[in-house]
Amino acid sequence: MIHTARPDQRSTPPTARRAARALRPALRSAGLLASLGVLVGTVLASLRFGSLPLSTATAIEAFTAFDGSTEHLIVRELRLPRTVIGLGVGAALAVAGVALQAVTRNPLASPEILGVNAGAAFAVVAAVHLLGIVSPSAYVWFAFAGAFVAMVVVFLIASAGRDGATPIKLALSGAVVTALLTSWISAILVLDERTLDQVRFWLAGSLVGRDLDAFAEIAPFLLVGLAIGGAMVRQFDTMSLGESLAAGLGQRTRAVRALTVLAVVLLAGAAVAAAGPIAFIGLAVPHAVRAVVGPSHGWLLPYAAIYGAVLLLVADVLGRIVARPSEIEVGIMTAIIGAPFLVHLVRSRRLSQL
Amino acid sequence: MTALRAGARRRTEPARLRTVRRAGPVRISFRYRPRVLVTGAFLTLVAAGLMAWTMSLGEIRIPLADVLTTSLGFGSGEHDFVVRTLRLPRTLAAFGVGVALATSGAIFQSLVGNPLVAPDIIGVTSGAGLVAVVLIVVFGTPAVVPVGAFLGALGATALLYLLTWRGGIAGYRLVLVGIAVHALLTALTTLVLVRFPIDLVSSAVLWLTGTLYATTWEQVGWLAIGLLALVPAALVLLPRLQLLELGNDTAAALGTRTQTARAGLLLVAASLAAVGVAAAGPVGFVALVVPHAARMLMGPLTSGVFVVTGLLGAVLVLGSDLIAQHAFSPVSLPVGVVTAAVGAPYFLFLLWRTNRGVS
Repeated sequence: MIHTARPDQRSTPPTARRAARALRPALRSAGLLASLGVLVGTVLASLRFGSLPLSTATAIEAFTAFDGSTEHLIVRELRLPRTVIGLGVGAALAVAGVALQAVTRNPLASPEILGVNAGAAFAVVAAVHLLGIVSPSAYVWFAFAGAFVAMVVVFLIASAGRDGATPIKLALSGAVVTALLTSWISAILVLDERTLDQVRFWLAGSLVGRDLDAFAEIAPFLLVGLAIGGAMVRQFDTMSLGESLAAGLGQRTRAVRALTVLAVVLLAGAAVAAAGPIAFIGLAVPHAVRAVVGPSHGWLLPYAAIYGAVLLLVADVLGRIVARPSEIEVGIMTAIIGAPFLVHLVRSRRLSQL
Repeated sequence: MTALRAGARRRTEPARLRTVRRAGPVRISFRYRPRVLVTGAFLTLVAAGLMAWTMSLGEIRIPLADVLTTSLGFGSGEHDFVVRTLRLPRTLAAFGVGVALATSGAIFQSLVGNPLVAPDIIGVTSGAGLVAVVLIVVFGTPAVVPVGAFLGALGATALLYLLTWRGGIAGYRLVLVGIAVHALLTALTTLVLVRFPIDLVSSAVLWLTGTLYATTWEQVGWLAIGLLALVPAALVLLPRLQLLELGNDTAAALGTRTQTARAGLLLVAASLAAVGVAAAGPVGFVALVVPHAARMLMGPLTSGVFVVTGLLGAVLVLGSDLIAQHAFSPVSLPVGVVTAAVGAPYFLFLLWRTNRGVS
């Protein structure tokens, strides 16, 4: 007998209250527009702030009236790539998190718990250790391959047995594979100080030193992942009612699970390849967004994509500001900003269950 | 099933109920099912065998008979130093750490009702990790680390409890706040690991992996005191845990002061994890997966299963340490590298077997 995840009966808020608390449709549409505004503001901030703060005008002129000055070069060569990558990575992680939480109905479900980050990290650490590669842009394909293999392995293990990849088996085999890969990573890092010294910055999750070319290679996967996720909005709604109810309503649950895993592999794999293992966004953003816009995935998905990107960019900008002229890795900052926020949401009881 | 029915009958006796409420349940159930008893006996034998075998191996090979006599105190004296000063404390610590982490995980998973919960995931272990890493990079020596790690784990638990408390502790809230606390503490640990010179970071990473290298008798003493206090406490609280598993309302209706019980269980589980982490660092995998394995082997958590869960954890850490020390000699690995490598295939086998049985 596997101990099944039972939704906690002790704190279930009544469904009616939850529905009343969610925003009404008109407000939700307006909110979406406002959120896009927030996103644009964040992008501008990301282009402006850094070890050399620039004015908004300079940041915009770098594209409209490029004059080759140092400021414009900084914007176009350094800040634009990390902003674009941050946008893609944040949105991808949050959407992957929404999809996984809908399908597994476990509040702990997130790409990192299904082994994506550990797979990517192991592939990169092994590549640095064995092949001696040095530049973070060379990590991209190793990271993607590692994430892909790890998630496929997790899914295959979980699919054993007649009932297929049930949420609980998916989550458990993900946790086990993650633990296994983490131990292999530790083995390498403990025995090889050079590799440790080189990869510890990448392992923290960072947008520094990535170029747009490397991101362009990953972008198609990201787009396909987003498209699959977006196309399955209704299925997510049904699945979050629970496995048996969804099946009773005519949902082909196995197919939906398999497609979800595919989407998550593409999204989270691309994200970790571009920016390193960034935890927490895929976990926290869906919870936060669900608390505000309610459980309908048609709204949840776009909101999550926007605020995933916003959280990542804000974290990156703050990381550049607080430690000027040096900077703090974005993977560290997302947790430092996001954790108190998540605690606040949980405490204010605005957090609806899945 | 009989045990369950007997328990139900007993709980309906009004006099007993009153005792439970007033005097607290200083009663430990000793109804063992044969399967639990057999598994427990088998694991005890395996643990003893692994301990003896580990102590006989090494640079100086010692015959098993000498290991037994020397460690029990009536040997020839020839191997006194190697066995009693070097190897016995390490193997005892491996046993104790396994018990501490596995039992801690078992309580946490039942308490929260989520199979993915372990002290490593809700921030208890990360508190220990952060304090330990800071101590290592600041003082450059792991001397004060065990105390710091212990306090760090308890500090993180206190933080977790305070942040979760809102007229009570609900399992769902505990998990999410725990994840936030874990993420924050881990991020701060990473910050330290990225900022400090590589030689200091190297030894911090070694500690974070979990190692039993150079365990002293003093550490074993603290571990033993911790376990002797906490395991009985857990057994005393276990009936409350079983009631809480029925749901808050049911438990309250049956006379449980749910918040007190939950706080007590949380404290015991966190202290068990803290004791284990203080002795060996955050050895991964044990707390998360051993309770599952025990459940697949023996069914839901009773006091018998609880004890055997501890034994299973001990066997995992003992076996892993044996491999870590001797399989790749002359290289000796930290035990935390091996627990998952050894445990994962076994766990996946169990998962596969259970699935086959169910479907």
